[in-house]
Amino acid sequence: MGDINTAMAEQYRNNFLKEVEANVEEGQWVKMCMQCGVCSGSCPLGPAWEHPPQEIFMMIRAGRRDEVLKSESMWMCTSCYNCIVRCPRELPITHIMHGLANYAHRLGLAPKMNPTRRFAKKFWNNLAKSGRVNEIELSAGLYFMDGFKTGIARAWAMKDIGIGMLKAKRLNPFGFVTHKGCKDKKGIHRMLKKAREIEDRRKGFAA
Amino acid sequence: MADVVATHETIVVVGGGISGMTAAVEAAETGKNVILLERAPSLGGRVSQLYKYFPKLCHPTCGMEINLRRLRGNKRIKVLTQAEVRKIEGRAGDYKLSVTLHPRYVNENCTACGACGEAVSAEIPNPFDYGMSHMKAAYLPSLMAYPQRYVIDPSILGTADAEKAKAACKYSAVDLDMKPETITLSAGAVVWATGWRPYDAAKIQPYGYDRFANVITSVEFERLSDPRGPTAGRIVRPSDGKEARNVAFIQCAGSRDRNHLKHCSRICCMASLKQTTYMRERFGDEAQSTVYYIDIRAIDRFEDFYQKVQADPTVRFLKSKVANITEDEATGDVILHGVDTEGYHRYDNRHDLCVLAVGMEPSVDVRSIADVRVDASGFIELGPTDGGIFGAGCAANALDVNRSVQSATASVLRAVQVVNRVAKAEG
Repeated sequence: MGDINTAMAEQYRNNFLKEVEANVEEGQWVKMCMQCGVCSGSCPLGPAWEHPPQEIFMMIRAGRRDEVLKSESMWMCTSCYNCIVRCPRELPITHIMHGLANYAHRLGLAPKMNPTRRFAKKFWNNLAKSGRVNEIELSAGLYFMDGFKTGIARAWAMKDIGIGMLKAKRLNPFGFVTHKGCKDKKGIHRMLKKAREIEDRRKGFAA
Repeated sequence: MADVVATHETIVVVGGGISGMTAAVEAAETGKNVILLERAPSLGGRVSQLYKYFPKLCHPTCGMEINLRRLRGNKRIKVLTQAEVRKIEGRAGDYKLSVTLHPRYVNENCTACGACGEAVSAEIPNPFDYGMSHMKAAYLPSLMAYPQRYVIDPSILGTADAEKAKAACKYSAVDLDMKPETITLSAGAVVWATGWRPYDAAKIQPYGYDRFANVITSVEFERLSDPRGPTAGRIVRPSDGKEARNVAFIQCAGSRDRNHLKHCSRICCMASLKQTTYMRERFGDEAQSTVYYIDIRAIDRFEDFYQKVQADPTVRFLKSKVANITEDEATGDVILHGVDTEGYHRYDNRHDLCVLAVGMEPSVDVRSIADVRVDASGFIELGPTDGGIFGAGCAANALDVNRSVQSATASVLRAVQVVNRVAKAEG
């Protein structure tokens, strides 16, 4: 089947809950939600979510695949864990949200310009490169991800904090060149590649 | 207490609430000798602390009165109050109960004239009103107390107050030299009916029961509504005494929650529905009740009651478990925050008063006392067939009054069979 056919068939999948259970981290918990709403009410960023977690769980069960996976909502999660602590059924809601976001990203359905997704990608690439985060490179990359001009403006706005960090020796301005990473970089790369292969095989992603 | 005669054919009932009283009366009416033990100074238990009970909205005085009459008239029942069971050993047909009798400091001469109460000046929190009122340290536990005898609180022993109480009594009923004693009772079978206690609402941190004056529990609301309660039946806010016309009821406060009580406490939905009728009774069309719920569990025939409450325009139902409560410090109002399930609307609702429909948990950890099987929530399960200790009422499950009484009768039937077996064997 060609790509277009696959894409069309995907729209009519009605077993989205099973798909989530199989492929999303902690997805097997979704059916346990009893729709009490404590998670949504407890979320400090709640008002910013288009669909709060409680609604997402219901949408998964209603088979609204596209709406869920293309949503910006689960990308709003800041991992404060308020929902997990309060959930009367102990659902690992934070992890499910990250699981959904990751799954949507791997399928290529996640909103391209979502800032959390862009940062997460930058962070991951930075980390995976040397096995250790190069802070100055990551910060600079983040500031300048929308172009040189906005990058300068952002850096200028944050300059006081930056200078403070320099003085407190919390920021190494020479990190671009002095960053060492971990000892066995090749080993890390091999490990990550292997892990990716296993995940792809298990979840049926194209390699 | 040398006059207590207990044999292998005696049934001991532990707990003198509605379940225990029913069990005692029914066992005695089948011709068995019964000893009824109660930890408090009076029989009656939690039911006597209600304003009304569902679904017929009768006053507890009614149901209690009938049971008390049957109990008083039956010579086969021996009631011991302020009696606490420490240990049960043995087997079916041959149990030994170690029981501590706490002193009342008032003997059988008491006529409940009240002279000691008038003489004493020290006041203590009144447990009958869940501490919302104070009473004299020489007191009658409640209007319906049985036995109708005063109690002197041990906190005033050795003070001038105690001597005043003694001097005031015309019947030499005050005996300050009473000491606690431990007795051993024999029993063929035991009916364990120690009932429930409200879940500690302060443990539900986001609801702020321990921080906000106007967040109270459902059992406290019962006392507020009772004309003989701490406010003479006026539904007012603890913070400023202002009438609480706009009241929020939060369901599943502690129940159905793996962080608190895993089980559904079964009574709380009906209790809150009932309490909305108190609101209407007090304020008429001015009442505003809002019930926050996950789902209303008005089981079987209670559905009628639920429909009647739904038809009342002063009662609003909001399908949502409240996430947290804050307090408006200037007015003392409580503000409930959450998201509803029917449309996912975010709300910040202001109310005069918030009532937490707290769950039921067993009032006693029975495993430390007797060898019985309990479920994950601590309620007694039916043990092996050769056992002789039977849970009844809320010691066995989260039950309403009706089902507690049924459960008590069932346990008595089992206990009677054990005792009959013993009687046959002994010839």
